[in-house]
Amino acid sequence: MTSSVYVLEYHLVNYRRTWRSSALSTLVLPLLTMLGFGLGVGAYVKSGVDGTAYLDWIVPGLIASTAAQTALGEATWPVLSSFEWLKVYFAQAAAPLRVTDILGGHLAFMMFRVLVSTIAFLLVAAAFGTLRSGWTLAVLPLSVLVGFSVAAPVVAYTASIRVDSYLAILFRFAVLPMTLFSGVFFPIEALPGPLRWLAWALPLSHGVDLTRAATLGLNPGVAGLWQALYLLAWCVTGWFLARWRFERRLVI
Amino acid sequence: MLTLVMPKLVAFEGSGRRSVSVTERNVAALKSAYWLVLIGGLLEPVLYLFSIGVGVGSLIGDIELSDGRSVGYTEFVAPAMLAASAMSGALAETTFNFFGKMKFMRLYDGMLATPVRPFEIALGELLWAMARGSVYSVVFLAIMVAMGLTTPLRALAAFPAAVLVGFGFGALGMTVATLIRSWQDFDLIGAGQFALFLFSGTFVPAEAYPTALRWLVEVSPLYRAVDLIRGITLGSVGWVQVIDVLYLLVLLAVGLTVSGRRMGKLLCK
Amino acid sequence: MIKRFGDFTAVDGIDVDVQAGEAFGFLGPNGAGKSSTMRMIGCVSPPTDGVLEILGMDPRRDGSAIRARLGVCPQLDNLDAELTVRENLVTYARFFGISRATARRRADELLDFVQLGERADSKTEPLSGGMKRRLTIARALVNEPDIVLLDEPTTGLDPQARHLVWERLFRLKQQGVTLVLTTHYMDEAEQLCDRLVVMDGGKIVAEGSPRELIERHSTREVVELRFTAEDQGMYGEKLDGVADRVEVLPDRVLLYADDGDYALAEVHRRSLSPASALVRRAGLEDVFLQLTGRTLVD
Repeated sequence: MTSSVYVLEYHLVNYRRTWRSSALSTLVLPLLTMLGFGLGVGAYVKSGVDGTAYLDWIVPGLIASTAAQTALGEATWPVLSSFEWLKVYFAQAAAPLRVTDILGGHLAFMMFRVLVSTIAFLLVAAAFGTLRSGWTLAVLPLSVLVGFSVAAPVVAYTASIRVDSYLAILFRFAVLPMTLFSGVFFPIEALPGPLRWLAWALPLSHGVDLTRAATLGLNPGVAGLWQALYLLAWCVTGWFLARWRFERRLVI
Repeated sequence: MLTLVMPKLVAFEGSGRRSVSVTERNVAALKSAYWLVLIGGLLEPVLYLFSIGVGVGSLIGDIELSDGRSVGYTEFVAPAMLAASAMSGALAETTFNFFGKMKFMRLYDGMLATPVRPFEIALGELLWAMARGSVYSVVFLAIMVAMGLTTPLRALAAFPAAVLVGFGFGALGMTVATLIRSWQDFDLIGAGQFALFLFSGTFVPAEAYPTALRWLVEVSPLYRAVDLIRGITLGSVGWVQVIDVLYLLVLLAVGLTVSGRRMGKLLCK
Repeated sequence: MIKRFGDFTAVDGIDVDVQAGEAFGFLGPNGAGKSSTMRMIGCVSPPTDGVLEILGMDPRRDGSAIRARLGVCPQLDNLDAELTVRENLVTYARFFGISRATARRRADELLDFVQLGERADSKTEPLSGGMKRRLTIARALVNEPDIVLLDEPTTGLDPQARHLVWERLFRLKQQGVTLVLTTHYMDEAEQLCDRLVVMDGGKIVAEGSPRELIERHSTREVVELRFTAEDQGMYGEKLDGVADRVEVLPDRVLLYADDGDYALAEVHRRSLSPASALVRRAGLEDVFLQLTGRTLVD
């Protein structure tokens, strides 16, 4: 456990060098989306969604989707680079670090990035007055849950490929559809049957529901508990998959 | 007539032939994973069309155009997605891939030792980007026709417009690529591209913006592209569309000239 | 001919004349301006000042037409990593406007010529350094050039690969192709060049055939003496006058003389007993070090 802290420390030191350029995608892009869709398109959604103004309705969706995007960004190119280009993992494996330390430390750093971008987004959302409830604080652990549920399985995927074209494929064929159809921009109920089931199978839609309940102060009920457990299942399965793939690559 | 002219065009000596040989190299390099990436690029505008156009469209209903007509939101968004995909396809090929070939694969160093000139490399890469973009446009227009978002005749007219949009942005992208210092700069390009995507009259009419912002939107290249294609697919072409075409032609000419010159400077030191 | 990059002058007024059909070498330490000169001859880098004429044409005006008749093998292999070995040659030939059928035929011939026929459908990445070099040379020949420019053709290759490359280059020379090459290997220059110039600091410091240069700037033979470590330095004075020139180095003493055996006998006559002694013919290396000095330039 302590050893993974050293790995986390390595990633944090690196982050000191690159945070400026990542700040752009962390803060500016979600902010633009909020202005473009929340205010721009929102002005044309006259009756709101389920009695909520479109801007207030879309913000929690964007927060959850930003958490997922941040986690995915960190779980793809940096991981591939650590195996293929900079070979950071192999250098770490030559030190007295175990596979779980290397993986755990890197995932911990990813969650740190998720928290930073979530907090940034929450501050902007608060400035626009779209947060309606004290339950908003629950968004912090929720974003980590959502981030981990997508990061862990994707780390396993990245550890199984050698060429970055497959990352482009992942984003185009899995991440983009998930982002567009998980109830971030419009209610899932508007989707035709099979697509609705697909949206429910993927983790993001549940993260969006829970985050929306938190910022709008709605009661998620027992269904909310099941949704959280479902996300947790993605986290646990993802962790074991990732550990298995890491061992395959690092212990030879 | 066409059969008489074509062989001459293909065989003519000089710049055209050399540019095509640069394009040929990209065809030879087409491999399995790249195909999937290409299909992925095709999927992107379609996904946006269904999510924003259809999904969010169900919340909005109809939208009023500047000429007072009222159209469904999906019909309004679809041409914008076509323009945006022509833009992003052209930019992906001419910025990211172009920069990689120039700086990391040192591909152009080898080409420049042959009779091929910097300007011809730029033109050849642009042709390739356009070949890719044109396939996207054809498929997307077919989908629009199938969904009843435009008529076949209008779709036919929108195709050359989409190709022109791709050419304009391709030339712009190549100019940008010669100014890039490192991979970090792609974050900036991505953010700029995303801002264009959101605010170029793509999802709401330009009239929805406050006056100052509206003028900024009106001079942005993607807005002109959206305006052109939307005019055609919704059947409301007027003098404004002539301005759009001129704007894109100027973008193409300036972009090609500047990028060819910049490449000469970068590679022929 | 002059080439400046900002304040830095890479090539400082050189004047050379290469005849058709000859093998001409630019010899010099790293940073002497060899590669800059090659890039100017290759018409990818315009000279800052001076006159450059290649095949009777002016690179500033006819760069493209000149390049059509040149074959270039750059210092660092820039093969296309996304293509196979054969595709590398075929697509490259297309840049010269060679028809696809001819390109394919020539690619196969050239792959045989550089002994890469068996790897034709392999990617370039797994090839060894020597194979990549041979492929780059084959690529430079794809347009049947009148002049082939080779920038350090064998740097970094193992002995087998070097000899194979030399042998192929020698055959090209026999076919009447003009070779222009740079190198910092003396044996390479002696093997391949009819005529060469020694460059240092952007200037030409000597010019001639390898034999002429040795005769002009060195003696016919060199005696290398090694003494035991502790008394190395003391022998400088005692050796005064045994040869035309005496050079004392940290690890050995060099005697430059026309008759090496006679000089060695003279050393023994002065009752000096070196730990080892070797009489050899003077080579370009001796000329090179004499002209460009022993200080490391990098």
